[in-house]
Amino acid sequence: MTASLVLFYLFAALALGSAIAMVLNVRNTVAAALSLVVTMIALAAIFVLLEAYLVGAVQIMVYAGAIVVLFLFVVMLLNLRTDLFPAGRSFLPKALGVIAALALLALLLPRIASHLPAQTVLPADFGGYRSVGIAMFTKYLLPLEVVSLLLLAAIVGAVVLAKRRID
Amino acid sequence: MIPLSHVIWLSAALFTIGVIGALTRRNLIVILMSVELMLNAVNLSLVGFARAWGDLGGHVFVLMVIAVAAAEVAVGLGIVISLFRNRDSVNIEDVSLLKW
Repeated sequence: MTASLVLFYLFAALALGSAIAMVLNVRNTVAAALSLVVTMIALAAIFVLLEAYLVGAVQIMVYAGAIVVLFLFVVMLLNLRTDLFPAGRSFLPKALGVIAALALLALLLPRIASHLPAQTVLPADFGGYRSVGIAMFTKYLLPLEVVSLLLLAAIVGAVVLAKRRID
Repeated sequence: MIPLSHVIWLSAALFTIGVIGALTRRNLIVILMSVELMLNAVNLSLVGFARAWGDLGGHVFVLMVIAVAAAEVAVGLGIVISLFRNRDSVNIEDVSLLKW
């Protein structure tokens, strides 16, 4: 077992554990958001192990640095109390949700796992900022520009939704 | 060398945890976080397949998914704030007017 495989298992266990902690945490939304940060950072480490260096760095900057901070900001802005969420009336909807999710896993995964491609030889500088940047600004230029339009629409939409009504 | 099947299993497990969170929790903010978890699981499988094929398109697509996730969170949390102002709650059972 090589060192990268050991690190992969370590960070995979960390990501799974903190993801489960996030979903199971019903009392404290701030703690759930912090569990999400741990998941994101563990996934960034796994990206680096999978030779996606730029993606790992962007993952830390955008997810751990921006998105989760936005979540924390909103949770603290709203000042949520635990009594907003009374104990569940029925057990059945939750059990049905868990069963549906596990059925999805059990039905899809064996078919995918039996048709995996073989590992090809990676070119030099695979996943560094230079090679990803060249791919992004040549072959994938049009999708990149469309994403910039989407971000503009999201900025305007978020401001319009969250501002106070003046009239 | 990390086998691709391990990456896909981890990705599927994270996606399933995200689906369970989105289906069973009633806090709207935690549901948005579960959606983020699902998007991250998909990113993981994209990175794994990009490495298996030696194709950088997967990495570019992951960056676009991250951008879309950021846009989704901004608009989603804007809706949450607006909802909290009108209903004083982020429990999804308080906003079931359109539910059959």
